[in-house]
Amino acid sequence: MNINNQKKENEIILAVETSCDETAAAIVQGGEHILSNVVASQIESHKRFGGVVPELASRHHTENITWILEEAMKKAEVTFDDLDAVAVTEGPGLVGALLVGVNAAKAVAYARRLPLLPVHHISGHIQAARLERPWRYPALALVVSGGHTELVLLREEGEYEVIGQTRDDAAGEAYDKVARTLELPYPGGPYIDKLAAEGTPNIELPIAWLEPDSYDFSFSGLKSAVINTLHNAKQRGETIRSEDLAASFQQSVITVLTEKTKRAADHYQVEQIVLAGGVAANKGLRTAMSNTFASSSVELTIPPFSLCTDNAAMIGAAAHVQWKKNKTAGWDLNGVPGLALT
Amino acid sequence: MKILAIDTSTHVMGAALAEDDKLLGEYITNFKKNHSLRLMPAIDHLMNELEIEPKELDAIAVAKGPGSYTGVRIGVTTAKSMAWALNIPVYGISSLQMLAQNGKYFSGYICPFMDARRGQVYTGLYTSENGCVKEVEKDRIIILEDWIDLLKEKQEPVLFLSQEWDKHKEAIQEKLSRQVVYGSFSDMLPKPSKLLEVVLNQGESISSHELVPEYTQLTEAEKNWLASNKGKRNDE
Ligand SMILES: [Zn+2]
Repeated sequence: MNINNQKKENEIILAVETSCDETAAAIVQGGEHILSNVVASQIESHKRFGGVVPELASRHHTENITWILEEAMKKAEVTFDDLDAVAVTEGPGLVGALLVGVNAAKAVAYARRLPLLPVHHISGHIQAARLERPWRYPALALVVSGGHTELVLLREEGEYEVIGQTRDDAAGEAYDKVARTLELPYPGGPYIDKLAAEGTPNIELPIAWLEPDSYDFSFSGLKSAVINTLHNAKQRGETIRSEDLAASFQQSVITVLTEKTKRAADHYQVEQIVLAGGVAANKGLRTAMSNTFASSSVELTIPPFSLCTDNAAMIGAAAHVQWKKNKTAGWDLNGVPGLALT
Repeated sequence: MKILAIDTSTHVMGAALAEDDKLLGEYITNFKKNHSLRLMPAIDHLMNELEIEPKELDAIAVAKGPGSYTGVRIGVTTAKSMAWALNIPVYGISSLQMLAQNGKYFSGYICPFMDARRGQVYTGLYTSENGCVKEVEKDRIIILEDWIDLLKEKQEPVLFLSQEWDKHKEAIQEKLSRQVVYGSFSDMLPKPSKLLEVVLNQGESISSHELVPEYTQLTEAEKNWLASNKGKRNDE
């Protein structure tokens, strides 16, 4: 499908993102100018269940989707005639949630005779950096979120090569589970980050380095160690300061993330490093990454908080690359929960 | 006035197009395959065949449930997003009323139903009046046995319309015996053209934002939460 053949570089894209529990729409121009970025978070709805309830997320998306689309258009002060394409997260994510965004995007694109651009959610997180500053290649992206922990190499624009990923829990998942053990509210990541800042990392916890040449991660052992440490202390009638436990846990996670990123950066001689995904909002991780690369010539980009957590502006940024490569989808586009990043 | 009708609330998928009171085209498939993938190509096919551009549409009608949660969402999301992008109104019609409309010439009660697993059905009770069915017992999810008891009290003939008739006919016939009438194979099929009949007779349009699915029940998580948090409201 290629309805609009006039290729221009300052195209205006309506982007839609519904892969998890955020209903989001944005208008992005030329892959770098955010004209609007609207995110309706459902955190309040899922809080009492201690995690995202997929069916509930899908229901909220359906109720909210056109409101959010309209707000994005209004805030950007654009009309349908200004749009050049509609972009949407194709996957990965919760299947029912993805379907709402995909079907909404298809309907709008079809109704307004616009090209449809499919976007990989992780490429969105990575391309959020484009909204900050232009890329320099080769580049390396560390994507850390509730569902992902990946090291992605970009030898050139839009070419993604996953060189490392988690073998069990995502980093964000480990954060949430540890937070639950420490009886912190949902979602737990930010609370651990806050607690950790007040504690000392004086409790010995394992770091899974895996094979010497591997860029993969593993966090399930660390998560279990935290649970066991608490449990054993309780049995012995001792109390552990949660601040210290949080600090120790956070240090283990951050050490392995920054070390492996550093090693990959050296090995692939990258020019730029991007820290992306929801966990990139973590202060401890941001600071560690900044310190690690402070004295090197590598440029470190960490998008602002609002562009690290799930949003549609990042999908619009990634869609710009799809637009330039003419990678449009047909009306048979479907949500793909396990979509691979290639 | 051109109206597009969409139904994806069961594994039957349908799209139909009418201009005023003339049905221009209808596309229905009755097999289990991905609606999310196939709905828009089906609409595109129908519109292309009829040489109608999206911007010529004046309204969109959709079966809003009950039915498969995912199926209903695909139809409703497509309908409301298209309507929003075209700035036209939508009609959300009960999936059960759409099916009941197949029995509009029947003079007794019309009972459309869909299997809802665990001995339950999505159902409601309708009667026909001037060519259009209207609800006499609200759409609901209910244990089939309980529903049959309720129908027995009516002591009048009931026309059953369902894709799952064969699966439940014994239970129904055993208790209701001579009250039971059931449709032919094509009467059992939900048809988007029937949505259009309902719309033309008594439809009330709403804005695209207001259209939401009718699931007839809360999510499993909400039900469990309410059960273990007695006295609290679902929105607390
Ligand atoms: Zn994400």
